[in-house]
Amino acid sequence: MPTSIAPSGADGAAAPLRPAEAARAAVHVQGLVKRYDGRDVVAGLDLVADAGAVTAVLGPNGAGKTTTVECCEGLRTPDGGTVRVLGLDPVADARALRPRVGVMLQDGGLPTGARAGEVLRHVAAMYAAPRDLGELGERLGIGSFARTTVRRLSGGQRQRLSLAAAVVGRPEVVFLDEPSAGMDPQSRHAVWDLVRELRDEGAAVVLTTHLMDEAEDLADRVHVVDHGRVIASGSVPDLLFPDAQDDRTLRFDAAAGLDVTAVAAALDAATPGTTGAWLVTEPQRGSYVGTGPAGPRALAALTAWLADHDVLASRLTVGRRTLEDVFLDLTGRHLR
Amino acid sequence: MTTTTPPAPSAPGTAAPAWRRVLAQTGFETRAVLRNGEQLLVTIVLPVLVLIGLTRTSVVEIDTGGLARIDFVTPGVLALACVSTAFTSQAIATAFDRRNGVLRLLATTPLGRGGLLAGKLLGVLAVELVQVVVIGAVALALGWQPAPGGVLAAAGVGLLGTACFTALALLLAGTLRAEGVLALANLVLVLLVVGGGLLVPPEQLPGPLEHLATFLPSGALGEAMRGALLGTGVPPLALAVLAAWTALLAWAAARFFRWQ
Repeated sequence: MPTSIAPSGADGAAAPLRPAEAARAAVHVQGLVKRYDGRDVVAGLDLVADAGAVTAVLGPNGAGKTTTVECCEGLRTPDGGTVRVLGLDPVADARALRPRVGVMLQDGGLPTGARAGEVLRHVAAMYAAPRDLGELGERLGIGSFARTTVRRLSGGQRQRLSLAAAVVGRPEVVFLDEPSAGMDPQSRHAVWDLVRELRDEGAAVVLTTHLMDEAEDLADRVHVVDHGRVIASGSVPDLLFPDAQDDRTLRFDAAAGLDVTAVAAALDAATPGTTGAWLVTEPQRGSYVGTGPAGPRALAALTAWLADHDVLASRLTVGRRTLEDVFLDLTGRHLR
Repeated sequence: MTTTTPPAPSAPGTAAPAWRRVLAQTGFETRAVLRNGEQLLVTIVLPVLVLIGLTRTSVVEIDTGGLARIDFVTPGVLALACVSTAFTSQAIATAFDRRNGVLRLLATTPLGRGGLLAGKLLGVLAVELVQVVVIGAVALALGWQPAPGGVLAAAGVGLLGTACFTALALLLAGTLRAEGVLALANLVLVLLVVGGGLLVPPEQLPGPLEHLATFLPSGALGEAMRGALLGTGVPPLALAVLAAWTALLAWAAARFFRWQ
């Protein structure tokens, strides 16, 4: 199990915050523990989210993401550790926090018998100065189904309505649990634009996701969660290039079962002074990923090696490491 | 309680006043019932059909003790209307709201859990008001003459019965699966109508049912309603039974209700 690859210090999740930082953090979770039936679903999790920033909680299904945000929302009482939102306790200070915190639940929580527009008006009625419903509805394309009952909405339409309900009260902190699940690409981009706008207005946005591109495109800070703990955190560049080294990847598809050690050696030989810099793996049968200083010579060395072994690559691309690579390195490739 | 100073009224992230939040929830809950065909069937159509059926036909033998049949039947139908809204309709609606996460979502808005409960209770009362108007109008058209002095007592009995059966509804909705609540809430309504002393006084029920129904909240509600509107006075035993059930069920609902 890899520990933290985040640069230790400043925003390393494990390091306790200095009082000034803790006061500034919109969401501050320290040593959170939550058990169901004696099993630790969240096992000592630390997390920080700042105002004016998008914080992604990234992890595989069952990692404890939803339980963590539900503790922040006051829907669950922690079994251990402390949770502070805007400096307040989400359970004890629920009354003071509710108007200032917007929540989008993973299962929606929309009344199924009511019309979409009516639901949004109803949630807006809980706030003294809600957002302009016409403008918000237009942003998220809700007008086209405002008169449809929630029961008949598509998954993506429900998600957009839930998001509208979460932000209609102009919250200072917004928790979005898997916000773009079930959405078509157009909806996702509308949602992402709104999330960026909320951030620019100064809100702290915390979103859980298992979508790498969502975290990579949106997040100012990513906390990678697995088995109820944060196993890495930092900005996207921090996570992608932990040694401040602009590693790139060579991906190619070819016959299964090639000698990856020999390929790595050939690549090392082509880039002098970097012995051992190349790592080549075969994450799926016949699909290879090489990570290292992928310059023109490395590319030539790879194709030469393939030619020497009479192997034809059906696909060959050069790119940078993605968050998905980091994520799989950290959390393992086995299904769960 | 919190001691944080609230921001200026128009500042972002400020809750609407509590009364407006509860009023909004009340309206939302009331519209949900009055718009739903099945709920209307149980809360409005069924009681009116029972009223007409029991008054205009003699399918069911009832000893009215020499009183006009409409005068004797109408209080029981009002008691039935109270149970259908406070219990059956509310149990089903809350169970599905709970399953769909509606209770959790609303609990994160400024409405909160307390406001949600208040809105539900007031929503039940609003639907009951509609029921009283509709059933009362039909009964008056059929010649009903309620005891004038008993109307206020009947309203009080109705409030207590509403509290009692809403508590039972929340107990079921907060502990069982939604599909289970759907089946059980309808079954219990039928059983209470047939043998629970709502429409037919407990002492006219066969065998052991007589004693059982006397101590059921349904029998107590029926007897109290008849006592009030027939002008014979609310029986203290019925009132005590109903109050005891209300206390027990409210405690159990508060103790065992699970929000998710």
